[in-house]
Amino acid sequence: MWKWLHPYANPEISYHFSGKLIPWFSIISGLLLVIGMTIGLAFSPADYQQGDSVRIFYLHVPAAMLSMGIYLGMAIAAVSALVWQLKLAETSIAALAPIGATFTAIALFTGAAWGKPMWGTWWIWDARLTSELILLFLYLGVIALQNAFEDKSLGGKAASVLALVGVINLPIIHYSVEWWNTLHQGATVSKFEKPSMSTDMFIPFIISLFGFAFLVASLVCVRFRAEIIARNSMRPWVKALVNGENK
Amino acid sequence: MQISYRETFLTILKRDLLIALRHRDDIVNPLLFFVIVVSLFPLGIGPASNTLMKIAPGVIWVAALLSTLLSLERLFKNDHSDGSLEQMLLSPCPTFILVLAKITAHWLITGLPLIIIAPFLGVLLNLHQESYVALMLTLLLGTPVLSLLGAIGVALTVGLKKGGVLLSLLVLPLYIPVLIFATSAIDAASMNLPYNGQLAIIAALFFGSLTLAPFAVGSALKVSTN
Repeated sequence: MWKWLHPYANPEISYHFSGKLIPWFSIISGLLLVIGMTIGLAFSPADYQQGDSVRIFYLHVPAAMLSMGIYLGMAIAAVSALVWQLKLAETSIAALAPIGATFTAIALFTGAAWGKPMWGTWWIWDARLTSELILLFLYLGVIALQNAFEDKSLGGKAASVLALVGVINLPIIHYSVEWWNTLHQGATVSKFEKPSMSTDMFIPFIISLFGFAFLVASLVCVRFRAEIIARNSMRPWVKALVNGENK
Repeated sequence: MQISYRETFLTILKRDLLIALRHRDDIVNPLLFFVIVVSLFPLGIGPASNTLMKIAPGVIWVAALLSTLLSLERLFKNDHSDGSLEQMLLSPCPTFILVLAKITAHWLITGLPLIIIAPFLGVLLNLHQESYVALMLTLLLGTPVLSLLGAIGVALTVGLKKGGVLLSLLVLPLYIPVLIFATSAIDAASMNLPYNGQLAIIAALFFGSLTLAPFAVGSALKVSTN
């Protein structure tokens, strides 16, 4: 596998490879999101308890899951940046952080919009909400630290240390609904057991989850390319690219 | 010449304590800040003793976080600007020992006075009679965590010109778990409930950060000193 991965440590090859992935990811994501959202928002049954407001679930839960997933990806990139000194891993942290922060904000906002009709309040200092808010702060800290350094590669290294330290928050968010018996409802979707919801609600949810995941993938590729260009602006291949000689 | 780890630790500890004793405002200012922040709350919220009793644990702990934050800067800043930090990192002794010694010195200078003065502030805030022991225990276990986690933030920002605001952005989210469990322990104590659970979690945070934070600080310092 190392032999297969080796060429992608080269920024030029990674740049072109991720460029090829973008249209595929965007098309898949567009299709899945349209299908998932249409079924979810228009055709799936309303919840017997929560009524139609349960439909925000199809946006809220994927956003929340991805906000944690992106942080995990960032932490894995941070390990490879610190241990194997991969420059591109630092680049990918810079690409991931703002997207993760956006999805965390979406999860918090849709959660508030869902909480208002269900719990009668926009915000409550519940364990899961608070830990998700901390996740947002961690993302913002990583972004701020990265931008504070003049030297991009130094900033990338510093951000990877911070991303790795913050990973301790992920299990806290994940288990918060089990450890503390608070207002937020327990997990509806579990990996290993039969989901505690009906199939005609579960299918649109899975479709929209993958739709958002591919959306993240294509956005990350776009940002990743931009970061590669920004960090390698002095290289001859970038100059050739800008002058239109390459492809 | 090879000197033992214990000697290295003690040498750096002594050196940092000596420097702090020569600049006494470094010790006194965060402490004054702590007292002033706490005394602002009765003025801002109103001196009704029931309200104060309710908010006392949170106020004392938040003030402790802020004053620790204020004192963190001096942990590596001066050593970085006069170049002695680089020399320490170049020395053959492991960074772990060096960082641990500096953090210990920082806690002795800022954490310990905080713990000593906290009960007096508890009196001012009309803290519940049963809560004093819990307050002292949580501070005793919690303030080292603040020093250890804060050191990571300082080490990351020490090379930057305007690291102050950034430091608070990086460090405060990491402090939130300590704050939550400490205040809930004090609250439980005020209702005569057992608070062993919360104390155990703070202790776990303490030992976890004691073993892991020096490594993070070490690699952060290597980034900052380049």
